[in-house]
Amino acid sequence: MTTPALELRDVRKSFGKTEIIRGASLAVQPGERVAIIGPNGAGKSTLFNLISGRFRSTSGDILLNGRKIDGLEPYEVNRLGLARSFQVSNLFTRLSAFENIRCAVLWSLGYRYAFWRFLADLRDANDRTDEVLEMIKLDRRRDVLAMNLTYAEQRALEIGITIAGGSAVILLDEPTAGMSQSETRRFVGLIRDVTAGKTLLTVEHDMGVVFGLADRIAVLVYGQVIAFDTPDAVRANPRVQEAYLGSVLADAQVAAAGH
Amino acid sequence: MSRILESRPHYHFRPYNVGRWILWGLFALVLLLAPRLWTSSFSHTMLSQMGIAIIVCLSYNVLLGQGGMLSFGHAVYSGLGSFLAIHALNAVSAGKLALPVSLVPLAGGLAGLTFAALLGYVSTKKAGTTFAMITLGIGELVWSMSLMLPEFFGGEGGITGNRVAGTPFLGITFGPQVQVYYLIAAYCFVSTAALFALTRTPLGRMLNAVRDNPERVEFIGYSTQQVRYLAFMVSGFFAGIGGGLAALNFEIVTGEVVGAARSGAYLLFVFLGGATFFIGPIIGAVLMVIALVLLSELTQAWLLYLGLVFLFMVMYAPGGIASLIMMNLRLAAFGKLRGLWTSYLALAATACTILAGAGAMLEMTYHLQLNAALGPEMKFMGATLNTQGFDSWFGAAFVLATGIALFEVTRREFMREWGTIQEEIEKEIKRREAL
Amino acid sequence: MDQLLINVLNGVSAGLLLFMLSSGLTLIFSMMGVLNFAHASVYMLGAYFGYALTSLVGFWGALVLAPLAVGALGALFERTALRRVHKFGHVPELLVTFGVSYVILELVKLIWGLSSLPVAPPVQLQGAAFTIIQSVQGEGSGLSLAWGAVPAARCAGSGEAIVHCSTFPATRMFMMAVALVMLVALWLLLTHTRIGLVIRAALTRPEMVEALGHNVPRVFMLVFGSGCALAALAGVVGGMTFVTEPSMAAIVGSIIFVVVVVGGMGSLAGAFVGSLLIGLLQTLPLTVDKSLVHAAAALGWRIAPGDIAYPLAKITLAQAAPILPYLLLVLILILRPKGLLGTRED
Repeated sequence: MTTPALELRDVRKSFGKTEIIRGASLAVQPGERVAIIGPNGAGKSTLFNLISGRFRSTSGDILLNGRKIDGLEPYEVNRLGLARSFQVSNLFTRLSAFENIRCAVLWSLGYRYAFWRFLADLRDANDRTDEVLEMIKLDRRRDVLAMNLTYAEQRALEIGITIAGGSAVILLDEPTAGMSQSETRRFVGLIRDVTAGKTLLTVEHDMGVVFGLADRIAVLVYGQVIAFDTPDAVRANPRVQEAYLGSVLADAQVAAAGH
Repeated sequence: MSRILESRPHYHFRPYNVGRWILWGLFALVLLLAPRLWTSSFSHTMLSQMGIAIIVCLSYNVLLGQGGMLSFGHAVYSGLGSFLAIHALNAVSAGKLALPVSLVPLAGGLAGLTFAALLGYVSTKKAGTTFAMITLGIGELVWSMSLMLPEFFGGEGGITGNRVAGTPFLGITFGPQVQVYYLIAAYCFVSTAALFALTRTPLGRMLNAVRDNPERVEFIGYSTQQVRYLAFMVSGFFAGIGGGLAALNFEIVTGEVVGAARSGAYLLFVFLGGATFFIGPIIGAVLMVIALVLLSELTQAWLLYLGLVFLFMVMYAPGGIASLIMMNLRLAAFGKLRGLWTSYLALAATACTILAGAGAMLEMTYHLQLNAALGPEMKFMGATLNTQGFDSWFGAAFVLATGIALFEVTRREFMREWGTIQEEIEKEIKRREAL
Repeated sequence: MDQLLINVLNGVSAGLLLFMLSSGLTLIFSMMGVLNFAHASVYMLGAYFGYALTSLVGFWGALVLAPLAVGALGALFERTALRRVHKFGHVPELLVTFGVSYVILELVKLIWGLSSLPVAPPVQLQGAAFTIIQSVQGEGSGLSLAWGAVPAARCAGSGEAIVHCSTFPATRMFMMAVALVMLVALWLLLTHTRIGLVIRAALTRPEMVEALGHNVPRVFMLVFGSGCALAALAGVVGGMTFVTEPSMAAIVGSIIFVVVVVGGMGSLAGAFVGSLLIGLLQTLPLTVDKSLVHAAAALGWRIAPGDIAYPLAKITLAQAAPILPYLLLVLILILRPKGLLGTRED
């Protein structure tokens, strides 16, 4: 039994008197792709914020490769090998697409706070940046300022920044939010490519994406993980059906994606 | 992923950047030849002050333009640099310190760095508006302390020194102003180059990232506070160097070098010059010296004019003069500047009319208020105005009103033309992209 | 003892004046995210308007009209300049108020001159509000309070009795009263009226409040104008109690920002606590003529003029009084960066 890449043990989070996460437990194996689904307000983004260090959990343990990361600052969590994207694109608006990605690779290549070396001379950083830009298909737009990119391009850049550092565990928060059908299909292919070999957690609402991308699905309802199993098992789980999947729309989305 | 990389040969070919060498060469040339062009000793003083101001304003822009950190207390670091430098100079004169006078500004830089390290640790704990308030508070703290510690700050008289100290090197004693100017010019060139180089380093780029999105920076492995703290120290170091040069230049340092008025001046002129471009603070520094030395001689209302200009800049051109220049350079690059020159001329003419009218009224008011003992007549732009006569006031008001009306008309026409040209440029960009 | 009481009251009254200013600042900051750098200049403007209007309608008329006039000007400024800059972000908004503070200062100097103006308190507020009499007779001592001024004979004492009188000026008393009335009125407005509810809602969710049909830009204008009016009210009272001169803005300017940061940005209660704390911190030490040298001597150490620490150690507490608020600022930032009662993270 290998150490889980990411493990949550009875994590709780309260904002004031309101408990949002009420004892969530999860164990994700290395290399696994997990989709987190659940009704709105279930606490999916809060969970991501807890894992990535943006919020501090009220109680419970969060372990990354067996090491406790609850209470660490976001940059400490990132340096230990976990990267996340945001639901609302969180880019460096006045930097170009190229610069955005390059910033994301600097720490992982060990350049830290160097002020004695020129960026133009950092061959490995520039090569890696070009590589990532090609992966996310933004190589032709490398010098466009992030705020001038189209919405889909910004989402692609968002994912690019997340994976550029080479973290082993990737958290994607609704990567396909606001995209059309064709864009979504393209994006799922992109996500599959860029996260090959990595551990992936993604929050998603589009059932077609979920069933097509995930090895296992975690269902989060009212701050608790009520099911964590393969897609088919989750689909058949009566508790899940009752809470979430028993809807015409979900069936239609699954059918449209061809599962 | 590496599949993609293997399939394409990688060339690392960077063409030699000739333009960059030309620009820096020109800069060095201007620094070298300026005292030959303007030969009076007054000009040399002004040029020396400009050199110092450029270093300090560039150091300030590391915080403001590149880091997004609004500081109201930058004079603390340049001022403390001045004080340490003048104490070092006095130690050299007394034979207690074997430091060449030309390296005394580095002592100032060291002071700036040390205090930035001490005070910056506290200041950079917060960001945005709170950071601004903290720098204001610390600025006041240091200024108040300067009144309480006459041993270090010299009390009301300040500390004086003599820059002709130690053994002269190659006959350079730093007695004549022009020798001090060349020392300042040398430091200015090196500092400008260093600060420009900073913008090309990982730290500089991450500082920009912190400016644009401080939260996201944390999620790509960098500590935002650490980046800000380091930038604060770099800024303090160069501010201290500027302060040290000022100590050599004026040979006296008083408490007001750490005061709020000076910090305010740095902010005002860096913003005026343009915080978003590297060249902006240089423009701002030159303007600062011109305004503080020349404008204050011309009129008593100079601070009011300055405040109004600053207000209009913030409201209508927040990118400063540098952004205006860059916008027009963009036009020129697309060949569209020629069509606008008549509009610019009209705008300039009407703006001058407004200035004339408003200036006349303001000057007359100042004359009434502050120079009443000199009688009701005063000179303004070559004309004699009677501050107690109705004609002068009516005339000024008329000129002002006409100016405003005409300006508004020309402005609307200009905006229309500008919009058309921007559209043409966008079309051209799209056309080029499709190639 | 009586002197100590008077000093404490002085500190509290100074703090309440600071609160009048910092409350307006906090309200504007909470509502709009704008830190009004010109707030102290508005305070000065209120004092000068008060002076100008007093010669026309008397002090009591000026007390009402000057804040209204300045508030109207503030609302106008918000409508024209601030709103324009709003889309550029918080830093340009701060810079606009920064620029306007310069302009106001210069205009005031231009119109009213550089020297301080003679602002006499109205007849009702002249003299002492009350007098604290401390009499030491034999072994015991007693404190008593007398309203108004006390005839000199009473304070002279006779024989063994040593009598000490300390007066508290009526102007200061009035200032405290105005501040407290203002505090209560503000609290009532925010908690018990409809407009107060809208203001509190727009504090955190302006877009939603706008979607519900409230004219949020107008509410902003109202709040900014009211903040300025409060500052002007403080100016009228402060100008009469202390002094009316061009430097009054600078004196109080940086202190109110310290108050706001120490109390916690965006917290009205924090502004209150911070104001009182800083007011006391500025006033109480003024009577202490001891320095670290004395303190060390009490512990048995001697710090001589040649020692390296002497220049710092010889500063008496009274001399150090101006920097104490800033030291508190630094301390708070290290120990409790959110401020004493801070709620809003930047």
